Amino acid sequence: MSEELYKEMAQSIIEGDSDKSVELAKKSIELQMHPLDTITKGFVVGVNYIGDQFGKGEAFLPELVMAGEAMKAAVATLEPELMKLGESREVMGRVVLATVEGDIHEIGKTLVGTMLSASGFEVYDLGVDQPAEKIIGKALEVDAHIIGMSALLTTTMVRQREVIEELDKEGLRPRIKVMVGGAPITKDWFQKIKADGYSEDAIGAVKIAKQLVGKADA
Amino acid sequence: MQPKLSLLTDELIARILDEAYQLLLKPGIKVQNPEARELLESAGAQVDQETMVARIPGQLVHTALESVPRQFQLFDYEGNARVVYGGDAIHFDPGSSGISVLIPETLEHKTAETPDLIRILKVAETLPQYDAQSTSVVCHDVPKDLHDLYRLYLVMLFSRKPIVTGAFTNETVHQMIDMLSIFAGGRENLKEKPRAIFDVCPSPPLIWSNFGAGNLIALARAGVPAEIVSMPLAGAAAPVTLLGAVTQHAAECLSGITIHQLAQPGSPIVWGGAPAIFDMRKGGTPMGAVETAMIDSSYAQVGKSLGLPTHAYLGATDSKLVDMQAGMESAMGALVGALSGINMISGAGMLDFLICQSPEKLVIDAESIAMARRMVEGMKIHTDTLATGFYEGVNFKGGDFLKQKITLQLFQMEQHMPSVVIDRDSMRGWREAGSMDTFTRAKIRVKEILASYKRPEIDPDKERDLHDYVLGLAKESGLETLPLLDEKNPLPDA
Repeated sequence: MSEELYKEMAQSIIEGDSDKSVELAKKSIELQMHPLDTITKGFVVGVNYIGDQFGKGEAFLPELVMAGEAMKAAVATLEPELMKLGESREVMGRVVLATVEGDIHEIGKTLVGTMLSASGFEVYDLGVDQPAEKIIGKALEVDAHIIGMSALLTTTMVRQREVIEELDKEGLRPRIKVMVGGAPITKDWFQKIKADGYSEDAIGAVKIAKQLVGKADA
Repeated sequence: MQPKLSLLTDELIARILDEAYQLLLKPGIKVQNPEARELLESAGAQVDQETMVARIPGQLVHTALESVPRQFQLFDYEGNARVVYGGDAIHFDPGSSGISVLIPETLEHKTAETPDLIRILKVAETLPQYDAQSTSVVCHDVPKDLHDLYRLYLVMLFSRKPIVTGAFTNETVHQMIDMLSIFAGGRENLKEKPRAIFDVCPSPPLIWSNFGAGNLIALARAGVPAEIVSMPLAGAAAPVTLLGAVTQHAAECLSGITIHQLAQPGSPIVWGGAPAIFDMRKGGTPMGAVETAMIDSSYAQVGKSLGLPTHAYLGATDSKLVDMQAGMESAMGALVGALSGINMISGAGMLDFLICQSPEKLVIDAESIAMARRMVEGMKIHTDTLATGFYEGVNFKGGDFLKQKITLQLFQMEQHMPSVVIDRDSMRGWREAGSMDTFTRAKIRVKEILASYKRPEIDPDKERDLHDYVLGLAKESGLETLPLLDEKNPLPDA
């Protein structure tokens, strides 16, 4: 019975159907299934599948985003149950995301946020045009494990280095790890500014984030 | 609404037809086939038996045009309709009758042989952009007598798609019709559901050769579709003006249709061609020239004004390599052909003035064909409001629309997804994948296609009958064995 339901849950994520995923989450509550099982054996399977397909070029961005949204909706439905049980979904880590100061591009960063939260990270997305002190301030406030910074322009990507230098100055590294991304970001740049991780797409970013918090996939 | 390219006004079309009718009377059409002359003469044309010139009165042509089918279909091996000739339906097939192939490793243009044609067939069979196969290259490892029908034999064994073909003599056209009848289950069935169409070429200017007219008559009587491939060469074998070439094309087609319909009224025939301008520097016939495409588009418009099915040679290049020129000329041709609503657009895969075929070019051309088809699908209205309905819940954030269900529902209808032959990767992704150019990616794709290809399942009795029939003809040509035809030398996949 529950095996069937898990399959349906995964399928609802693959289809990016938030209504269906919420309905299935509610059904699992009625059936008194353990919410953590519901998440890890049901919904997460769907997210992983669509992520793999995207990596292979067989699924497309709208499918990836819709899957992420369906996942968020399902998890939000299950969270009160987890609270009641005095448990919470294992948080992979807390991530503060922002597009750096002077840069207003955010499609890529928002995607990274969606995929990170679908994968079990707690994500604080500050939006665009964020100065170093705001980013670091938020990271301290939520006790973030990771700061993720996006920049689309070669003229603004230097801001990523400023944030890293500021963190170093305050002695906040390696406590807080730094991920960078964005169209102009190369491996050279990532090494030059001594960031901890970089990826060129949202799926890769989830992998890197897991590594940075020591929970890499086997 | 299907977007259309129109180079001619109605008034100009009327002038073209008027002058074409005048050409049929003066200087007339040279008809080198005695039976065709007899058909014309007994129907009322004035024929000079010495010069073989027939003066064909307009009334004869009008009668012929009345009996020509406005639409017909080609069928696949199983008898499913796959190609529509008529209206603004568009289809693409590989260019036909090349004599060499591009060897991707050495870039040599090698004389084509059996394995080369098989490679091309497998690639064209796999790519959905090609609605029909063609007998794309002549195999030089078999005797000349068999050149035309041997190609058809291989296509029939390696494909289930409809076939664009052609005979090289008045004798072999009958043999090729026999071959098709074996698979169709008799001549009547073949007529009912033709699998193949035969290209038939007048000789510019204004000549129907013994062979060309003979093929028209044979095909008309068999009820197997004929495709006129008129090829005025503007400036050499036709007037230098593009409109002059279009007018000569019309005269050649109208006379061909008249002979064809006199032989058997109601038989299917296509207003087609492979014209070109004549290059005044090198004396070549550039198939990739924009003026060539303009002649094609214009004559198709003339054919459509008469309600006839259309064909053209577009999407080929004169480049010797699968390079920038090849991509540019081929894509431009495919797009012009599609926007002109030409029913069968032949030429994909072809390099070097239709001399050389390339499977790698076929996979690249498939991409420009897909893009041309998308263009022809036009701007679509999917939603009640064009845009205003999309903004609910949008918070002035880039990426908001990615979260909409409607984006997921509609993006594949709005956007054509190219294969990996088209690079849309980031610089990093492209480097990591090996920094490949288009040709290199196409080579990989061809290898993948060849590895995954499976020969269609064909009724073993029919296959045996076809084999025996062709082997019989091979023996008549003085050969006891032929590659792939002999029992000791079976088909690679058999």
